[in-house]
Amino acid sequence: MTSAATRPVSAAGGAARPASGLPRLLPPGPQAPNLNAHLARHGRAPHVTSEFIAAVEAAGLTGRGGAAFPTHRKLAVVAAQRGASKLVVANAAESEPASHKDKTLLQQAPHLVLDGLQLAAEAVGASQVRLYLHHTSAAIGTAIAERKAAGIDQHEILVSMAPPRFLAGQETALVNRIQGGPALPTYGFPRVAENGILVQNAETLAHLALIARYGPGWFRAVGTENEPGTMLATILSPGGRPLVTELPIGVPLRAIVDAASTSAVLVGGYHGTWLPVTKLGSLTLDNTTLNRHGAALGAGVIAALPHGSCGLKEAARVVRYLAAESAGQCGPCLNGLPRIATAMAEAAGARPRQQTIDSITRWATAVSGRGACHHPDGTVRFVRSALTTFAAELRSHRNNQCTATTSQPFLPVPDVWTMPTTEEAWR
Amino acid sequence: MTSTLRVNPIACGGHGACAELLPELIELDEWGYPIVDPQPIPPQLIKEARRAVATCPVLALKLIQQLRQLRARRDRDAVRPGLSLAAPSGNHQTPAGARRECS
Repeated sequence: MTSAATRPVSAAGGAARPASGLPRLLPPGPQAPNLNAHLARHGRAPHVTSEFIAAVEAAGLTGRGGAAFPTHRKLAVVAAQRGASKLVVANAAESEPASHKDKTLLQQAPHLVLDGLQLAAEAVGASQVRLYLHHTSAAIGTAIAERKAAGIDQHEILVSMAPPRFLAGQETALVNRIQGGPALPTYGFPRVAENGILVQNAETLAHLALIARYGPGWFRAVGTENEPGTMLATILSPGGRPLVTELPIGVPLRAIVDAASTSAVLVGGYHGTWLPVTKLGSLTLDNTTLNRHGAALGAGVIAALPHGSCGLKEAARVVRYLAAESAGQCGPCLNGLPRIATAMAEAAGARPRQQTIDSITRWATAVSGRGACHHPDGTVRFVRSALTTFAAELRSHRNNQCTATTSQPFLPVPDVWTMPTTEEAWR
Repeated sequence: MTSTLRVNPIACGGHGACAELLPELIELDEWGYPIVDPQPIPPQLIKEARRAVATCPVLALKLIQQLRQLRARRDRDAVRPGLSLAAPSGNHQTPAGARRECS
């Protein structure tokens, strides 16, 4: 570390005053994502040391990539590693077709993410930083060039490309890819953080950049006691384009979803949970509440299924996609997911057999917890909640009736037939 | 010292030798992949467990010492540069939960 990093932590390092109100991460209006506009809004990021980790703990920041793991604990594990060449990676490989929040954040506020990347590197004593994503853009290229010209970064930002696969952003797959291999998950010890590699979701790093400037107290001013702060959510509503919005954690789901036009809500994306719209009134956008209903925020995808769409057909399409996106490395996932997908397709059609439904339940149990990564577990959560939430629809299908009035697909799913299957496709 | 069996699902090719040698703790799913009892291995089965581990043709089966002991050793050896929040007590979960915590 250079001498700059040994300066004391300053809660208000920049010239700008803490912004009250929302949004915090996204710009409040149409605003160029350039460095000048960023510095005018937030000021320069202070330099930090490992003491900053205590501030992150006080803020109560959790990972926004899906697992909601306490950020300070990951930081502390990496900071405690010996060795000279530690690495911090901003994970913006937002692989889920329904999610747009990291793309949007990098497009509209790239400097906040890159500030967070530098701050995390200072906090854990890393000497290298990377940005890992599916698609670069002019905004990102410009942002990196602006920072280089202004000389505000201690570490040069390298960009690594993720292959267009659902699991490319999984932590061990990311590490595999960055080390030159295919973006396939790996299994075993030691864990990624224990190897001196800190992988943080892009949004998590953006929050980090604000906590360094405005302090944990400011961060906790919105959100809930257990889960403070804001979160970026991607909202899919009937008839509309996907909307990325920044919300205080804990807002009522009814404020986001129009119950009148919806029959069910998918919370947490394609590894998430279907909930019937009748539960909407008792749900808030935080894991404490959602966990009680068997759901979780995940990476913040909320999809409101329109009336007239068949939930089973939607679920079957997504499960077919998830099965095709199995890395195919673990026997239970390789064998189980395609079978579940085929059975779900039967359930989505006319007169599914009871035996088929029973098989889905059996296979769901058979693949749970038996992969190197959580892909089978997340898929099973999606499948089980679909069978529960669309139980009435399933009974109709058994009587050769589908209540759908439209065959227009709602949830975005790439065409699985055009996806490359060679190992090169994972690089 | 208590030990548990763990299978590396990526390495495992579903050969089935483990289930044949240790049916008390390992059964096969309908595709021939092992479902391993996560409980500590009873002392009277340790010998068979070691044999199953040694017989796996792709070395996918491992005998894991109780994580708590490994962690205690690691925490004792680790250099902790003034981070009060990385204290070994308090935040630690059960071994099964701890395995997955960062993924």
